Amino acid sequence: MAALINVPAKAKRGEIIEIRTLTSHIMETGFRHTAAGALVPRDIITSFTCRYNGTEIFRADLFPAIAANPYLSFFTVAKDSGKFEFEWIGDNGYSSTASVSILVE
Amino acid sequence: MPTTRRQFLSLAGSLTAAGTIPIVTLRPVEATPPMLNTAIRNVVGEAQIRTGKIKLDIPPLVENGNTVPLTVSVASPMTDADYVKSIHVFNEKNPQPNIGNFHLGPSSGRAQVSTRIRLADSQKVVAIARLSDDTFWQVAADVVVTLAACTEEMN
Repeated sequence: MAALINVPAKAKRGEIIEIRTLTSHIMETGFRHTAAGALVPRDIITSFTCRYNGTEIFRADLFPAIAANPYLSFFTVAKDSGKFEFEWIGDNGYSSTASVSILVE
Repeated sequence: MPTTRRQFLSLAGSLTAAGTIPIVTLRPVEATPPMLNTAIRNVVGEAQIRTGKIKLDIPPLVENGNTVPLTVSVASPMTDADYVKSIHVFNEKNPQPNIGNFHLGPSSGRAQVSTRIRLADSQKVVAIARLSDDTFWQVAADVVVTLAACTEEMN
C-alpha cells in the first residue's frame, strides 16, 4: 500500500524532528449501511508503530473515528544515523510497512 | 436631556458586555455522557484528572466531519524524569467514544501529536495526557459540525 513519509534527510544530533506519515486506507467505520440496509463491515487500521533503529519511539491505537487515509504527525530526537521503520496493522490481516533513512551529524 | 446616539450605544454596549461575559465564564462544568465517561475511566482508572498542561487544537466550526484536523500538545520538558507517557483522545457523540491512543516517550523530544479525525455530530472532543508520574491532565473543546461523518449511507 502506498504511504507518504516525511522525515528530514539530515538532522543535527539532538535536534527535535517532526515525522509525518500518511497511508492510504479506507478506514471503514463499521457503522455505515448500504442503500439496501446491510451493515458495511468494519475495516480499519488499528495500530501504528514507528521504530528508530529498532527501538519503538511512537505507537498509536487507532479507532473508527480516525479519518480515511490516516495521517499522523509526531516528534522525535535525532540521535543516530539510521532507519525509521513504520508499520500499520489493521482488520482482516492488513499489514503495511515502510522505512526511511536519516543522516545525523 | 434627550439621550444622544453615542450615549445610547455606549450604554447598550456595556449592558451587552455585562450580560454575555458571565455566560461564557460561568458556564457550568458539563456532565460527560456515560459512554465517554466509561471510556475515560477505562484509561484513567480511579486517578484524579486535572485540567491544564495539555492543549487541543481543533477548528471550532468544521464543514465536513469526515476529516477534521486535530493537534494535541502537552507542556512537558520530555526528559527521562518528566515526560508524557501517552495522549488519549475521546469524543462525546460518535458511535464509539474512542478516537485514538498515542504512546510517546522521553525520546519524543516534544509531546505533540497531529492527526485527522471523524466527527459524527457537533460535540465535545476531550484529550487526556498521562505523564510519567502517572498524573492525568485533561482538556476539552467544543466543535460544531455541519456535515456529519461515520454513519451516513454508503453510495
